[in-house]
Amino acid sequence: MSEHNTESHSISYGTYVMVWLGLLALTAITVSVSGFEFGAITVIIALLIAVAKSLLVGNYFMHLKFEKAIFKIFIAVCIVTFLIMIVLTFSDLSFR
Amino acid sequence: MNQQLEAVVDQPHIHRDDTGSKMGMWLFLFTELLLFGGLFLLYAGYRFLYPDGFKAAALELNSFIGAVNTIILITSSFSVAMSITALQKNQKKLAVYLLVFTLVCGLGFLVNKYFEWSVKIQHGIYPKGPAMDNFSSGEVMYFGLYYVMTGLHGLHVIVGMIFIAIVLGMVIRDKITSTNFQKLENAGLYWHLVDIIWIFLFPLFYLVH
Repeated sequence: MSEHNTESHSISYGTYVMVWLGLLALTAITVSVSGFEFGAITVIIALLIAVAKSLLVGNYFMHLKFEKAIFKIFIAVCIVTFLIMIVLTFSDLSFR
Repeated sequence: MNQQLEAVVDQPHIHRDDTGSKMGMWLFLFTELLLFGGLFLLYAGYRFLYPDGFKAAALELNSFIGAVNTIILITSSFSVAMSITALQKNQKKLAVYLLVFTLVCGLGFLVNKYFEWSVKIQHGIYPKGPAMDNFSSGEVMYFGLYYVMTGLHGLHVIVGMIFIAIVLGMVIRDKITSTNFQKLENAGLYWHLVDIIWIFLFPLFYLVH
């Protein structure tokens, strides 16, 4: 007798379709925003949209929203580590 | 009859730890995130130092193909996620079709990437290529990063496709079922990571203005 998957929660097709459409919309926004002359903050807007897309993929496609809290803590630690790397690097680069 | 009963009773109890398996996959994904993270950090640093070079070099890229590839990968993530729900609902045929579709998307992405790279290489735009002599330092850095990052990403697409193909085989042979599908989920997780990496690669390389 083998264990069956205790996590019986399955995400509906409808939810997945909504997430997919949302991702396509955000892609369209990214492309059109890059056409406008926002100068330096264009990059920030593009990155924010990319983060929004990643949140959709992570929470729904990768199921994070429905996982035990420990998974979200895992990913938070990873992202914070990476952000620290960026901040430290730029605190050097910015003042050269 | 007695022998049959004995055979059933003597079966060792197979312990499965799906949560542990999932955690293991996530931990591996973090190593991948930091691998690409380091490359993104290089990109950020050099773009900061050579803003004009990056802007000029980015014009060589075709944003239309980049956008199409983004849509391809997003749709492939959608299909692999749906395949899990399909399997959970015991819709095995649909799950198989969705996984095949995911592989087709991956192939489409790679074909596009092949054309993109061929065009550049034909124009002499590659590390140590003839066209690079006329480029500024910033442009040289941009293309170096372009080849390494999209190349490494492409390798991950190939690996992801192999992973999904293997899992597809297991679904077909009922080694992965509606109550035993962590391997499929793990393959999906890897594929979503490949998608997320591209979600960042696209605006940073193709939409520099």
